[in-house]
This record gives sequence, structure tokens and C-alpha cells, in this order.
Amino acid sequence: MSFLDKLGFTKLKDGLTKTKNDLFGKVNRLINAKKKIDDEFLAELEEIFLTSDMGINTSEILIDNIKERAKQNKYETEEELNTLIQEEIKKIFSDTTSEFRTFDFGIKNKPYVIMVVGVNGVGKTTSIGKLAYNFRKAGKSVLIGSADTFRAAANEQLEIWAKRAQVDIIQNPGTKDPASVAFDTVKAAISRNVDVVIIDTAGRLHNKSHLMEELKKINRVIKKVLPDAPDEVFIVIDATTGQNGLNQVQEFMNALGRITGIILTKLDGTAKGGIVLKISKELRIPVRFIGVGEQIDDLQLFESEEFIKALFEK
Amino acid sequence: MFEDLTNKFESVLKKIRGQGKITEKNIEESLREVRRILFDADVNYKVVSKFINDVKVKSLGQNVLNSITPGHLVVKIINDELISLMGSEKSDVKFSNSIPSVIMLVGLQGSGKTTLSAKIAGFLKSKGRSPVLAACDIYRPAAIEQLKVLGKEINIPVFSAENEKNAVKIAEQAADYARKNAKDTLIIDTAGRLAIDEVMMNEVSALKKAMNPAEIIFVVDSMTGQDAVNTAKTFHDKLDFDSIALTKLDGDTKGGAALSIRAVVDKPIKFVSVGEKLDALEQFFPDRMASRILGMGDIVSLVEKAQENFDLSESEKLEEKLRKNKFDFNDFLDQLKQVKKMGSISNLVSMIPGASSALKDKEIDEKVFTKLEAIILSMTPLERETPNVLNGMRRRRIANGSGTSIQEVNKLIKQFDDMKKMMRSFSHGKLRNLMKGLNLPPGMAKGLKLN
Ligand SMILES: Nc1nc2c(ncn2[C@@H]2O[C@H](COP(=O)(O)OP(=O)(O)OP(=O)(O)O)[C@@H](O)[C@H]2O)c(=O)[nH]1
Ligand SMILES: Nc1nc2c(ncn2[C@@H]2O[C@H](COP(=O)(O)OP(=O)(O)O)[C@@H](O)[C@H]2O)c(=O)[nH]1
Ligand SMILES: [Mg+2]
Ligand SMILES: [Mg+2]
Repeated sequence: MSFLDKLGFTKLKDGLTKTKNDLFGKVNRLINAKKKIDDEFLAELEEIFLTSDMGINTSEILIDNIKERAKQNKYETEEELNTLIQEEIKKIFSDTTSEFRTFDFGIKNKPYVIMVVGVNGVGKTTSIGKLAYNFRKAGKSVLIGSADTFRAAANEQLEIWAKRAQVDIIQNPGTKDPASVAFDTVKAAISRNVDVVIIDTAGRLHNKSHLMEELKKINRVIKKVLPDAPDEVFIVIDATTGQNGLNQVQEFMNALGRITGIILTKLDGTAKGGIVLKISKELRIPVRFIGVGEQIDDLQLFESEEFIKALFEK
Repeated sequence: MFEDLTNKFESVLKKIRGQGKITEKNIEESLREVRRILFDADVNYKVVSKFINDVKVKSLGQNVLNSITPGHLVVKIINDELISLMGSEKSDVKFSNSIPSVIMLVGLQGSGKTTLSAKIAGFLKSKGRSPVLAACDIYRPAAIEQLKVLGKEINIPVFSAENEKNAVKIAEQAADYARKNAKDTLIIDTAGRLAIDEVMMNEVSALKKAMNPAEIIFVVDSMTGQDAVNTAKTFHDKLDFDSIALTKLDGDTKGGAALSIRAVVDKPIKFVSVGEKLDALEQFFPDRMASRILGMGDIVSLVEKAQENFDLSESEKLEEKLRKNKFDFNDFLDQLKQVKKMGSISNLVSMIPGASSALKDKEIDEKVFTKLEAIILSMTPLERETPNVLNGMRRRRIANGSGTSIQEVNKLIKQFDDMKKMMRSFSHGKLRNLMKGLNLPPGMAKGLKLN
């Protein structure tokens, strides 16, 4: 295809095999070559921003702010410019609440009920396995509820994760009613005096109203047992997700009333996960954890500075 | 969105007309909007840049200035360009002469390979082949079990070897199984893997080498953003796959990844997955995908349909009547027939951006036009030609005669009056004004305004 030849896409591939170089190397090089923020510099910055999936709006606002600030407080060195750019991006995150510092983050209620939602295949079940493992390591007792009654072998998959994490699981392979499993799980957690409950749900596309109704019902039924639960509703976003990620969070939020945090998965790949910048900006929902692999210890607390630096890695 | 886009072009091009000359700078200004749309649709950065440039060149070459609706023309150029990029020819799954003929699905974690493997197996079975599924994902918890459950659902055998830790060996044993059991097609479900995971990429290369698949399908989630090109390119370099499958298109993503991938890999998109149920499998339509990316439904075919079906001489006759204030219910009836020629309402609505999702839970009343027709047909010739005579008694008679209610008759007469008033305010009656007058479903009239 002639289109391909003209694009020079081979460059992209070279980029992939390149070892991860100096975090801000790219910007540094840009500034060394120029001495000021000119159109070429801004175009390259825009490319970095847009290819991260943060979206054209977020990118334009950031670039405007960066231009404006560079004009006002004249920076002297490239380091100052780097700091300036980083700060501007960080502002988007700092509008949300402060970051979690430990894995047994602010657990007040007992049982502390966490519901995990998201579209199909993003990594909900895997992340729950990882979360459970981390809670247990932090000295908490954990009970997992298998409320994905739709997907083929969902129970078996979650059961394997529960074993790996060495935590208990409630499931009912006989039922097609996820709300009843959620109900049983929370009930059991109370009688067993468990610290943390994590409810796995089936992946569902946010534009399917009947599936969103099902999710609302799960939420309602949990509240029947514990009026203030769930304490957390985490939405899982795959780092490869494009602009649709905002719709996803918006719709899950509409259905459940609130989303308390994002788990950003598959950051071990080449995708930057920049969509969370757009989500943070529009909806003010904090990113809580990142998934960086398929092993049980591949879950990390989200740190905005690290994330921002990685935006500039090749 | 389409309307927006067209309007933006119109206003920019009007300015240009004033200056009498189309310059690169002028057209660039209007293409900035297209650029935004493409980024919002997740088309890759480099692909967008290249695309915008191509459209610019094409638009400059066209006689945009003299065209009646330059904005529309530019949008059509964009749409055609998108479709051509998306690849037009429909192509079927390839089979080899060897038994079994092997199909292998590859892609990132969670992209939809396992589900699609089962769907394709079911599809091929319905086409008279006898498939076997091979469970070669030995990593993901319960992956084998998942495939088994799906296979059972559609009554297709699944070959697995729970204790075998080598995917190539499982695939080879599955091929043996197929030969022994007279199965002509082997579908291999592989584990999800990252393009940069060398060990895993080597595994899938080894599978290709050992099994020599007639068709390797790269499975990609349609919600994927900018990274789609990196992954597609790397998988392609490693495997030289044969085709692409887009999954989860039942969502509301624009799906620009499809375009990005086609731009870096010249392979056809053969399957589209549109749901979790095993029959939710579709063929790929480049024009639909182009419209989806631009956020304009199937508006281009709607416009074409309208142009096809609206008889120009009829319109002229109508204009004449309007000028002389002679538009009556007979003309109204003609208009209804014209609209009906365009097809079913729900079909038309489905072509309109936004309209189908806005109306998704409401039933579209296909009978509305038939009802209107029945009412008019129950009028006497006098009533049709001189609607002023329609008093309460006559209205009741018409309602009875047409099997409708008096309210419905009143509503139609009101619509007719409104339409007449509105049309009179235009010196030159154009299709769009007529369309506006017919109480079309929300969005439809809007969509047609662009003509
Ligand atoms: N809505 C929707 N869901 C889909 C579609 N295709 C697959 N899924 C769902 O997406 C999730 C992942 O699908 P799988 O078929 O397991 O994906 P996979 O690529 O085999 O995943 P791994 O084996 O984990 O790499 C499941 O929940 C499927 O039910 C689709 O077209 N639409
Ligand atoms: N590379 C990578 N793969 C992941 C990560 N999290 C989940 N996965 C994989 O993504 C696929 C879908 O995960 P799963 O937990 O079943 O998703 P769910 O459908 O949302 O419950 C599986 O193959 C997981 O192994 C991650 O952080 N990195
Ligand atoms: Mg799951
Ligand atoms: Mg799979």
C-alpha cells in the first residue's frame, strides 16, 4: 500500500525496540537543538501528548498553558522548561484527591467493600487477584465475591486467583444472578468478620442499558446489607484504551452514582494510558493503581510523577 | 456532527469565495476541524497528518468554488478517501488443501480472541465445514475451561491437553485429532501477548512455523487508541498475518484504530465482532466504518438515496405550486410517497448520526406514513384541494373513514398548515425545506438539511 510507504512507519517500530532512554531525553534534545519554544518544539510536544491518548482537548489546553507560562516566567535552562511542562501536566492530577501511600489505604469500615467494574477484557479479574494479594500481605483478611455469572469460566478464573492470593472466595456456579452472589458475599464477610470484600463483576459495555441495570441491582443489593457500602467502586481502564475511556467512566458513574478510583492496567505494554489525563480533567476521578503485568505482584500504587515521566519515554 | 462539519466548511468557503481564491491556508483552516474529529475517533497521529494532507491536495484540485455546496463536496472527498483507505473488497477466510486447514487467532490480552475463535468456528460450521478448536492458551487462568464452555455451547469439539506446557505441541496434537476425526478445519486460540514480549512473540512464531496456518487473524479491540499501530505493526512484522478482526464494535467507540491499522498494514478486515453472544459476528463494511469514524452515520448514502428518489421535475412543479399558493393535500400525498420510496423509516433513521442511539429504546412507528396516507385518502377531492372546508364534521368523518382518531386528523391538518406556511417563506423551494415540513423523526430532517 502506497500510503504506508509514504508514512515512514518503520520508524515507529525502531522506537519500540529502542531501550527505554532518559525519561525526559526527548524534551531535552528538543531544547538543546532550539533555545526557545518555537512551533517545531510545540508540534513535537503535541505529538507526544496526542500519541499518549490524552485527547486533542487536553493536549491543546496543556500546550496553551505551557506557552503562556513560558512567556511569563522566562525559563533559563532546559531543566526549568522540563519542570514547567511536568508541573502543568501534574496540575491535572492534583485536582483529584491525594495519592494512596500504602496498600491498606484508608480502610475505615469493616468489612470494607470494594466493587470492581469495567468494560470487557480490561483486567478486572486479574486486578482483583492482585489487590487481594496485596491486602493479605498488608495483614488484612479478604473475601472475594464472584459476581461475574456471565462469562465462560469466570468462576474458575477467579478461583485460581483467590488460591494464588490465598484468600477466600464466595461463588455460586448454579446462579445467573450476580446480585445474589454479591449479597451472599457481603453477608458472609460480616459473619466471618472479614476486613475487605472485593466483588468481581462481568465486563460490560457501558452503552448496554440492560447490563447497566444489572450492575445497579448489584449495587442496590449490597446496600441492603450495608447501607454505606460499597466503600469503593473501582473502574478498570486498559492502558490501550482510546478516547472511549471517558464515555466508559461517565456511564458507569451515571449508573452507580460514583466511581471512587481508576485501576489502569497493561502499562507494561507500549500504550501510555494518557486517557486517564482526560478522565482526571473531565471527571476528577483519581487513578489508584496501575497493572504492569500478569503476575500477582504486578500491581503498583499510582504515582503521578512516574506516570508523567513515562509519557515522554519512547 | 456532520452538519457541524458541513456548516464549518460552508462558512470558511464563503469567506474564500469573497476573496475569489482558494489558498492552502484557507483550506487548512477548515481541515483543522476534521483533524480534531479524527483524533477524537482515535486515528493515529501520523495517519491523521498524512490523511489531512491528502485531502487538502484533493480538495485543492477539485473545482470546489463553483460547486453549489462546496462544504458538502469537501466532506464527500473526506469520506471517499476514508473508505478507500479502509479497503473495499470483501474477502473470505482462506483455506489450504491440507487437512486440517489451520486458522490461528493472535492479539493482545483481552482483545477478544477466545470468543472470536468460537464465533468463527460456529460460522464455518454453518458454511458446511467441520471445525475443531485448539486450546493453546496455557497461561491465562481458566483459559482452556473458557474455550471448552464456548465450544460446548455451539457443539464444536475443543482439543486441549491440560498437562502439556508447550503450545506448539498442543497445536500439533490437535491437528492429529482433527485428522483422526475427519475434521477439516483447526482453529487455534492463542494466549494474549504484548508485542514487546519477545519470549511470547517467539512462541507464536513457532506456532506459525509448525502449523503453517492458511489464515492468521490479528484480533484488535475497537476501543484501542493510538497504540494500535505499534501493536499491529509488530505483530505483522513477526507473523505477516493475513487479516484483521475488530471486536467490541457493539460499543460506542468511533473505532479509528481500524483506519490506523489499515494505514500501516495492508491486510483486509475480515470479521467484526459485535457482542458477547456467539452469533454476534459480522462482515466488515468500509463505508460504515468511515461514517462511524466521522460520526456521521450513513449520512452519505442517505443523501444519495434522497437525490435518487426525488424527482427533479416533480420538485419544480411543486415550486410552481408553492409560488402560486396552490399547494394542497394532493401534493402532500405525493411528498409522502416520495419519502416512502426511500425505504423503511427505521432503516433511514439508522443512517442518521446520533438518531439511532437516541431512539434506541423507542419503537419507531413504521405505520406513521401509512396512517397519514389513509387520512388524506379519506378526504373528498374538494377537501384535498381546498383544505379550508375541513370543519369538525368533516374531520370526524375522515377519522372514521381512515380508522384514525379525530386528534390524529387534527394533527395532520395542523402539520399541513405549518408546512405550507413555512414553505411559502422560501422563495425557492428546495428539497431540504420540504423535508423539514414533513414531521420526520428527530434528526432525520436535521440530517437532510445538508443537501
Ligand atoms: N461486548 C463485547 N464483548 C466481547 C466481544 N468479544 C469479546 N468480548 C468479551 O471480552 C472479554 C475478553 O474476551 P476473550 O475472548 O476472553 O478475549 P481474549 O483475547 O481471549 O483474552 P485473553 O485470552 O485474556 O488474552 C470477554 O468478557 C468477552 O466476553 C465483543 O465483540 N463485544
Ligand atoms: N500485560 C498485562 N496483561 C494484563 C494485565 N491485567 C490483566 N491482563 C490480562 O488481560 C486479560 C483480561 O484480563 P481479565 O482479568 O480476565 O479481564 P476482565 O475481563 O476485565 O476480568 C487476561 O489475559 C489478563 O492476563 C496487565 O496489567 N498487563
Ligand atoms: Mg473477569
Ligand atoms: Mg483468550
